[in-house]
Amino acid sequence: MAGNVDALFIFLLIVSGLMSLLIFVAIIYFAARYRHRKGVQAEQIEGSIPLELSWSIIPLAVFMVIFAWGAVVYFQGRTPPRDATEVYVVAKQWMWKLEHAEGQREINELHVPVGRDVKLIMTSQDVIHSFFVPAFRMKQDVLPGRYTVAWFRATKSGTYHLFCAEYCGTQHSGMIGSIVVMEPAQYEAWMSGGSGGPLSATGEKIFAELGCATCHRADAQGRGPNLQGMFGKPVQLEDGRMITADENYIRESILDPGSKVVKGFKPLMPTFQGLVSEEQLNALVAYVKSQAQAGAGATKASAAMTAPEGVPGKGNQVQ
Amino acid sequence: MATATVPSVERENYLNKHYGVGSWLLTTDHKRIALLYLISITFFFFIGGFFALLIRLELLTPASDLVQADTYNKLFTMHGQVMVFFFLIPSIPAVLGNFLIPLMVGAKDLAFPRINLLSWYLYIIAGIMMVHCMLTGGIDTGWTFYTPFSTAFSNTKVIEAGLAIFVSGFSSILTGLNFVVTIHRMRAPGMTWSRLPLFVWAHYATSIIQILGTPVIAITLVLVVAERALHLGIFDPKLGGDPLLFQHLFWFYSHPAVYIMILPSMGVVTEVIACFSRKRIFGYTFVALSSIAIAVFGFLVWAHHMFVAGISVYAALIFSLLSYSVAVPSAVKVFNWTATLYKGSIHYDAPMLYAFGFLGLFTMGGLTGLFLAALGVDVHVTDTYFVIAHFHYIMVGGALMGYMGGMHFWWPKITGKLYPEGWARLAALIVFIGFNLTFFPQFVLGYLGMPRRYADYSHMPEFQVLNVLSTAGSTVLAVGYLLPMIYFLWSMRYGKPASDNPWNAAGLEWKTQSPPTTFNFEEEPVVTWEAYNYDEIDKGRKEEVQVVG
Repeated sequence: MAGNVDALFIFLLIVSGLMSLLIFVAIIYFAARYRHRKGVQAEQIEGSIPLELSWSIIPLAVFMVIFAWGAVVYFQGRTPPRDATEVYVVAKQWMWKLEHAEGQREINELHVPVGRDVKLIMTSQDVIHSFFVPAFRMKQDVLPGRYTVAWFRATKSGTYHLFCAEYCGTQHSGMIGSIVVMEPAQYEAWMSGGSGGPLSATGEKIFAELGCATCHRADAQGRGPNLQGMFGKPVQLEDGRMITADENYIRESILDPGSKVVKGFKPLMPTFQGLVSEEQLNALVAYVKSQAQAGAGATKASAAMTAPEGVPGKGNQVQ
Repeated sequence: MATATVPSVERENYLNKHYGVGSWLLTTDHKRIALLYLISITFFFFIGGFFALLIRLELLTPASDLVQADTYNKLFTMHGQVMVFFFLIPSIPAVLGNFLIPLMVGAKDLAFPRINLLSWYLYIIAGIMMVHCMLTGGIDTGWTFYTPFSTAFSNTKVIEAGLAIFVSGFSSILTGLNFVVTIHRMRAPGMTWSRLPLFVWAHYATSIIQILGTPVIAITLVLVVAERALHLGIFDPKLGGDPLLFQHLFWFYSHPAVYIMILPSMGVVTEVIACFSRKRIFGYTFVALSSIAIAVFGFLVWAHHMFVAGISVYAALIFSLLSYSVAVPSAVKVFNWTATLYKGSIHYDAPMLYAFGFLGLFTMGGLTGLFLAALGVDVHVTDTYFVIAHFHYIMVGGALMGYMGGMHFWWPKITGKLYPEGWARLAALIVFIGFNLTFFPQFVLGYLGMPRRYADYSHMPEFQVLNVLSTAGSTVLAVGYLLPMIYFLWSMRYGKPASDNPWNAAGLEWKTQSPPTTFNFEEEPVVTWEAYNYDEIDKGRKEEVQVVG
């Protein structure tokens, strides 16, 4: 990713370098050549429509090339690969809390292996922060009340700066950390050092403790939709809209269950706003996601999940 | 090139007609109100500049040692708010525009002289609120007031600063309104739209933004105050609000606000380049219409401040595309100014040096804007020093250079005195060098990844060298701004008297005496010539010389 951004940056340097050279050379040449001399009068020129058109259209054409190139690079950076390793990020004044899908928890430090796609699913407990790793040319604001997503693939082992790039209060400049990129073997060793089990397992426990399973049963008889095989699929809502069951939808359904009720169900679910922490919420989301595969072939699709299967790519995109 | 045929006895003018504090505080003369604004914004410029120097001094070393993090956060917040809302937005319009627009269109005053005075009083009330806010603890939200930090987390005087800026907005709206009506209704006979100086066109475009954009920031700040004081859920997700809504509203004004700052400066530079090249401006119609185009397109690009904020990919694509559309009219202006120099007869007086400085710095500011509008690159450089450098090239390198150039150019008309040319050229040079030394290293810092608004970079000592360069530059820059302050004041008492038209410039403002009388013209002027008729002026002068010789 860094390479793509740098290539465009260098292209921009060349283009703008040439443009400014053209302008500055013209200014300096004219300023010297036509400096005031006694008895020599300025020659009045009204203007020139062909010139005006050409110095409007040619820059516009160049700008469009830059736009298209920039858009392609951006699109790549915003679209996490489907099989990326997932890390949940919770930002707060003034630290980064990171939890691997496998269950490892870290603070202000993220260990990742070389060459693997890592998808970050991020939210904030308080104000807006921004997850910025200059070495990966990657930045994404982290907002309270919703998930934002970013991804990267480290190509060289080493330790890289992690900054908060959105001003967040007193210790904004102390909200820094590092991304430790390790060789796969080392990473496996690091991963095997203690964890409380995968995040989805934690989520399953919370799911049971909160009694979610009374309604969200693994068959079509529950008062709530069956969550198996749901994640990443289109869902038809009570008001007729179709949405994709992504991370933000699950999150919203836990905190504000009445806002997007699945077709065929009643708005019975109470809110869990204030009852679950951001970390528990992440675990719940991870659990529901883990049920995406579990339910895929095992149970018959519930009546509400009527939309066609297999719309690849969409489910991972959270904004 | 100043030539002088100066009357020996001081004539009656707007400065000496009435004396006493009351004659100033109750004046409805646009020229006196311009001077009131000049004094007020200069005060805020030096406050904002002082904050800037403290910021730079703190960043001289990586650790946060000169001031604590909390203080640093207040410094950059108040530097931004003071410079944007209390200096740059009023600067050229309220001082030079106020003074010159009636003169340039051949009117006795602005359309609503008392509203003009009201807008100064609103500005002063807002200024007092802001100073009170600063003296009683200040504000630390960043000039951008991002929610929910500003509404739910900051412990500083957010409401007070918000209301100060709210009030100052009305001053800005009323000035814009006054200009629009004046330009429509008060033009002298013969002063058609196509004969208007481009300075007036630029202010017309600026006024449109002031009138249409400022109410949006006013509403937004009221909503911030409402959420903070009354806990109405508008922006804070905990109260059911949407923090991105704030950013959309804020930038809907604050992006066009950049054009409130830069368009008047473009107007100044156009006048100066025409005069010191002794030429009609190349492509008058295109320069005039590009001002309007900038004002219109400027309203359609706000979300390019939000490419990593969490807007959808498709929204980002549209706003990136539209951002390039606003770059075209800016480029058109630069090309036309450059073409105006061709076959001119170029003089190097201080205003022209500032105009050259403007051309160089604005071009760099504009071109680095292309980097930021390119989505893929913006992700990396947004919220870093790259952005800081970029907008200072526009707002200081562009807007402030134009303001300084304009102050020198019209100083003889405003005060009836000549400033010392040698010192002025030196100051222009110092500003140019100091500016580049301060801000160029910040482009590099930004690309290397240094985030903005960091009080402390002790974990990144590799950034220090560039920061030292930048701080060194800021002290040079400070000298460059203090010098004009000194010699302008000096010249008011000791400067040589100026003739009515020391630059032999075109434009109605030079056809009346220096300083002008209270009602500007002895009799209503009738315009029979095109704008920038430097050929006729210079031909006339030649004949005059021959007759005398």
